[in-house]
Amino acid sequence: MDSANFLVVEDSPTMRQLISFSLKRFKNARIIEAVDGVDALKKLSGPDKIDLILTDINMPVMDGLKLVSLVRQNAQLKGIPIIIITTEGAEEDRERGLALGANAYISKPIQSSHLIKTISELLAV
Amino acid sequence: MSDESKAEKFLEIFNKGKEFTEELLRENQRLRFRVATLDNEQAGLSQEELQHLRHEVAQLAEENLRMQTRFREVEDENKDFANRYIEIEEQNNNLASLYVASYQLHSTLDFREVIQIVQEIIINLVGAESFAILLRDEKTNDLKTIASEGKDAIPGIDKISTRLGDGILGQVARTGESYFVSHEIAGTKVTVENPLAAVPLKIKDHVIGIIVIYKLLQQKDAFTAVDYELFSLLAAHAATAIFSSKLYSQSERKLNTIQSFLDLLTTN
Repeated sequence: MDSANFLVVEDSPTMRQLISFSLKRFKNARIIEAVDGVDALKKLSGPDKIDLILTDINMPVMDGLKLVSLVRQNAQLKGIPIIIITTEGAEEDRERGLALGANAYISKPIQSSHLIKTISELLAV
Repeated sequence: MSDESKAEKFLEIFNKGKEFTEELLRENQRLRFRVATLDNEQAGLSQEELQHLRHEVAQLAEENLRMQTRFREVEDENKDFANRYIEIEEQNNNLASLYVASYQLHSTLDFREVIQIVQEIIINLVGAESFAILLRDEKTNDLKTIASEGKDAIPGIDKISTRLGDGILGQVARTGESYFVSHEIAGTKVTVENPLAAVPLKIKDHVIGIIVIYKLLQQKDAFTAVDYELFSLLAAHAATAIFSSKLYSQSERKLNTIQSFLDLLTTN
């Protein structure tokens, strides 16, 4: 993949920066940030074609699970791979996230190498 | 035919048979000699070849041994490189966390925002579920909770009030030395006074508060190397960020008061 547009959906600026920092490992990666689900949907309807979404679950206004559900119901967006990155580490949370249509589920604190590997597999880089 | 001519004819046939037999015997002898010669030649050649082949086999076996040794060396080198790669990856990961934590802590002079960032670091980078941030009252030397998370798991952490030197928390604030549980986290009985970790917030040797960790996230069963680095970073950087944001807030308030006073004077 020559370049990729990543949408990072996180209410915590610290986590947004940390995730963006890890994504810079991908050549020509372009990172678009959103602070909650509603903001993410706005960015998704914008002119930039998003290649992958990384979203937190616990966010104000609209949480990550609702965002995953809405993306999967949208004909134009449903093919975008989604990774959930969250503090919720219980198995039932993981299952719920994956059942809604997320492609991967990563618990915080994140390991950059694990994140990179997961993204590489999803984008088949 | 007369008996005499029959005898001559028989003798002639007999002589031809004799000659033929003698010829066969000679041929037989010649062939036996040839076979014997070939046998000898073949036996000599095989021996030589065998010798040669044995030599080659020995050389190949030696080469094979050398290759096996080299293969093991390369395999060890590969393992070493792989381990180093993992270590470097881990270091990169840790450095990224430390960089982001440091960057965020000094990105604002707003006291509430600084506290919010400290909380984000503790939740997202350390992976704590229940914790409290205590600040020291310089006049009374009391330590009081100014922010906390996960009070459902550990009731009372949102309103801790302890004196300098009292219990684990007070000792950490008095000595400026971090406290970590020395045994398995899983079996630790955690209470407000007995946390998993307590890290002093220090400006040089002066302790302005402490971060107290009570419970880690479900998916995290122990502190890692980077957690101790993060605690060290928080001890210094969070302390200066909190202190400077407090001073800034105070100076803002004073400035506003002075400005109001000046406005009052100029209006009159």
